[in-house]
Amino acid sequence: MELYELTLHELLTLHNNKQASSEEIVNSIFKRIHQVEGDVKAFISLDEDTARQKARAADSEKWPGKIAGMPFGLKDIFCTRGLKTTCASRMLENFVPTYDSTAGARLNAAGGVLIGKLNMDEFAMGSSTEQSAFFATHNPWDLTRVPGGSSGGSAAAVSADEVPFALGTDTGGSIRQPAAFCGVVGLRPTYGRVSRWGVIAYASSLDQVGVFSKDVEDCALVMNLIAGRDPRDATSLEVEVPDYTAYLDAGIKGMKIACPREYFGQGVDAGIQEAVKKALQKYEEAGAIVEEVSLPHSQYALPAYYLVATAEASANLARFDGVRYGLRDGQADNVIDMFSNSRSRGFGSEVKRRIMLGTYALSSGYYDAYYLKALKVRRLIYEDFQKVFNEFDLIVAPTTPTTAFKIGEQIGDPLTLYMNDILTVPVNMAGLPGISIPCGLLNGLPVGMQLIGKPFDEGTLIKAAYAYEEISGIRCLKPQQGVI
Amino acid sequence: MGKDYEVVIGLEVHAELKTDSKIFCGCSTAFGAEPNTQVCPVCSGFPGMLPVLNQKVVELAIITGLALNSKIPDYCKFDRKNYFYPDLPKAYQISQFDLPICMGGYLDIEIDGDKKRIGITRAHMEEDAGKLVHQGNITSTTFSLVDLNRSGVPLLEIVSEPDMRSASEARAYLEKLRAILLFAGVSDCKMQEGSLRCDANVSVRPVGETRLGARAEIKNLNSFRSLERAIEFEARRQIEAIEDGEAIIQETRTWDEDKQATRSMRSKEEAHDYRYFPEPDLPPLRISHEWVERLRTVMPELPDQAQIRLQESFGLPSYDAAILTLTPESLAFFDKCVELYPQPKMVSNWMMGELSRLLNQNNLEISDCRFGPAELARLLTLIDEGTISGKMAKGIFEDMFASGKPPDQIIAEKGMTQISDQDTLIKVIDEVIAANPTVVEDYRNGKEKALGFLVGQIMKATKGQANPGVVNTLLKERL
Amino acid sequence: MALTIKEVEHVAMLARLSLSQQEKETFAVQLGTILEYASTINQLNTDGVEPLDHILPVFNVFREDQVEPSAPREEILSNGPLIEDGQYRVPKIL
Ligand SMILES: [Mg+2]
Ligand SMILES: [Zn+2]
Repeated sequence: MELYELTLHELLTLHNNKQASSEEIVNSIFKRIHQVEGDVKAFISLDEDTARQKARAADSEKWPGKIAGMPFGLKDIFCTRGLKTTCASRMLENFVPTYDSTAGARLNAAGGVLIGKLNMDEFAMGSSTEQSAFFATHNPWDLTRVPGGSSGGSAAAVSADEVPFALGTDTGGSIRQPAAFCGVVGLRPTYGRVSRWGVIAYASSLDQVGVFSKDVEDCALVMNLIAGRDPRDATSLEVEVPDYTAYLDAGIKGMKIACPREYFGQGVDAGIQEAVKKALQKYEEAGAIVEEVSLPHSQYALPAYYLVATAEASANLARFDGVRYGLRDGQADNVIDMFSNSRSRGFGSEVKRRIMLGTYALSSGYYDAYYLKALKVRRLIYEDFQKVFNEFDLIVAPTTPTTAFKIGEQIGDPLTLYMNDILTVPVNMAGLPGISIPCGLLNGLPVGMQLIGKPFDEGTLIKAAYAYEEISGIRCLKPQQGVI
Repeated sequence: MGKDYEVVIGLEVHAELKTDSKIFCGCSTAFGAEPNTQVCPVCSGFPGMLPVLNQKVVELAIITGLALNSKIPDYCKFDRKNYFYPDLPKAYQISQFDLPICMGGYLDIEIDGDKKRIGITRAHMEEDAGKLVHQGNITSTTFSLVDLNRSGVPLLEIVSEPDMRSASEARAYLEKLRAILLFAGVSDCKMQEGSLRCDANVSVRPVGETRLGARAEIKNLNSFRSLERAIEFEARRQIEAIEDGEAIIQETRTWDEDKQATRSMRSKEEAHDYRYFPEPDLPPLRISHEWVERLRTVMPELPDQAQIRLQESFGLPSYDAAILTLTPESLAFFDKCVELYPQPKMVSNWMMGELSRLLNQNNLEISDCRFGPAELARLLTLIDEGTISGKMAKGIFEDMFASGKPPDQIIAEKGMTQISDQDTLIKVIDEVIAANPTVVEDYRNGKEKALGFLVGQIMKATKGQANPGVVNTLLKERL
Repeated sequence: MALTIKEVEHVAMLARLSLSQQEKETFAVQLGTILEYASTINQLNTDGVEPLDHILPVFNVFREDQVEPSAPREEILSNGPLIEDGQYRVPKIL
């Protein structure tokens, strides 16, 4: 067993028992990265020298904290002081922030050792990490397949044992979908649970920072570090943060689980439906009460999402104008051309497409039919969930309609690519927490099961997810030997 | 102005709210710093940065709303107003669109003794943009420089109804609005520093027509004078255009101070489409009745209340009261002075006469005055006590204004004390009586006016330093 | 239904994107398809439904009016593509 194969809690135990130093752990991580990174391509940049320094500092107790000396990765959407933050875009290829994200800073403060910045779809717009301006990331389970997106680098790195855990962001499924494709645990907390400060915005009302880990226990440990109010993010809420590890027990007897029939319909692979239904059976056998419910507006979540998200994105990405940072057309002789040329060169086609879509949805004459209508639909979706949560503790559904698809398979057909998010976006539209955990394999590829909880009730998600690991024995799935 | 047309004017005023820090970050709002030294990643629109609302901004906005008789709704929110400009770092301005903090309201102006009520449509909170400095002439320049010190400075945009009908009404509105903002303590209103800015919407229509004509929005009005001039020019331009059979285009124009003319600002760019939508980074506001009432109780005296007080408690004419309540400083000067010298009309006369003449001549505000109300009160007391004459006082006042010295010091230095000493005066009186026997005779025969001539001669002989009261009494005795 | 090239050009102007002819044509078709799909929400009756403009049940989140140190000028300008006299230099406006 190599150190890089272990989970965060296993590494912590070894470290606390002086059986492994931080330096050994970090060395092992870099050994693994150098072994597989040529195939996986999860990282946009590595911070090797600093990471090794911090590991040594942790060993000499100069870098203290709850996860002192433990390696982690950040999606390249998290600003890192003094370290390039690109959002996988030519626009920010040379951007060096002068500030850290709150979530990243909290991990630093807890003694975490940042290994590097992870690949993603440009500005978090995509579901395959093929939209990175630099290169595509490959799925460790099958290198010809995508890892999902937009946090594909984070999912792939955890899956390939390049880091024990990583942070990502989830605007329409960007944590849960790649977690499902790569067979890892991916938690998107409630909107307002983790600070968005220092995280480059895609769609501000939907974005949320979350965790990729190898198992549920690690997810709970990391949530303990990053959750909670941040005075610099007005939308981060003053809601008490429990000790999430206290939810790690298998006691789900009597838990009421809703199974929404709309998530098991047309377009969702039969094998995936079956795998999730089997998992529900196991829950029932363990004493949970499972009932079918309806979330009647589900089919409208995706079209409404693409209007709301792109509208917000069109404003959030307007600041990239070549004046204060980022790529700039130095040849333009007037400011309008400078703006337009800089933006056209800096942004990739998916980003331009979404900016165009969002601009259109907000523009005079279309606002009511598109953007405003989408906000009304958003309320209906929110109310659907509210009704179910009046009676149930949890909703269980598949995370994705298919398993990981082939690289190149869906490129050039944006609408098909958008359909990947069909089972994840309702959660974002309603601001709810959702976790994807591996529930089995289909043709050798991981299948993700999605648990959806009440606002700020990540605890119940962790409890039910942990229980499933216990009941099923599916924990820390590793890609088949020989693939990487 | 042609008899057949009427000018319709509405004003949009941007007042900088008086806070120490910016609306969404902790950067200072102080005026006059080196470029880009009062900026941070938030107000420079860096990726990943988030706004957090300054509570004081909301409170100052509510206070303003109360002072303008607005309705403060119990719910309001912020919106993004999208447009690209190099001085707007996020390429959207955080502003308020459909649910502003103040709805409706009015203020009263007085034109030639007639009161007129001007409606206020709304007032909303927003952030200011940065500053663009064009190198050289705006038309010939090849580049500009961006300073973001102002970016994120809190503003209240106050929009009036199109209720004004002349340049002087517009001026009176702006003066009154400024007075209210100053009294309420919500803004410094320094037009030259840009903390009070005004755009005017001007249209004309034939008298009797009720529909509004196409309007021009005039920008860059940075003084009361330019506001008046620009409106007069623009009204004339529009009337001439209509009479020449041209249609007025709805457009933005700018006031060219050098040419004393408005000119079109239309560029090749198409019309704006601001694509407002709710600001997701800022939770909305719930403004409780209790909060509003708490702010109402700390509301200082406003110009209208002060004006009534001056008229009712001190018996001042409404004209005096209106002028003295244009700024809190002039009212405070008056109040303090009257406290020490309880003759309000006299104080008012001096303030509106000598003081205001000298301030205007020197282009100063009352806060720049080098002496205070106590010194004016002392000067007036010296007149009453007979130490100096009213005429001497005017000279001393000019000295006080120039040097800031107290009146007693000036009098001592110049040896200007009034002569009240009886023996000295009797000597002069006797000489004058002896020198003017026919006039004396006239007086004794009942010609009262003859006395005035004799007093004049005595004053002349004493170079104006004789105490007129004492002279009168003594003269009558000696005659 | 595809957008017209004119519509694409108008939106690109609002968004400050300069698109090639090829991009305009592709976007005209793709945006048309996506908008058609997005329009399915118009099948729903939303009479009397309030738009959900803020997802959180939270109001009045404030900071105190307190001045905090600004960023050092060299630091804040360090990412600037073109700096002159401590300011961002941009080409002419008109
Ligand atoms: Mg405004
Ligand atoms: Zn700032």
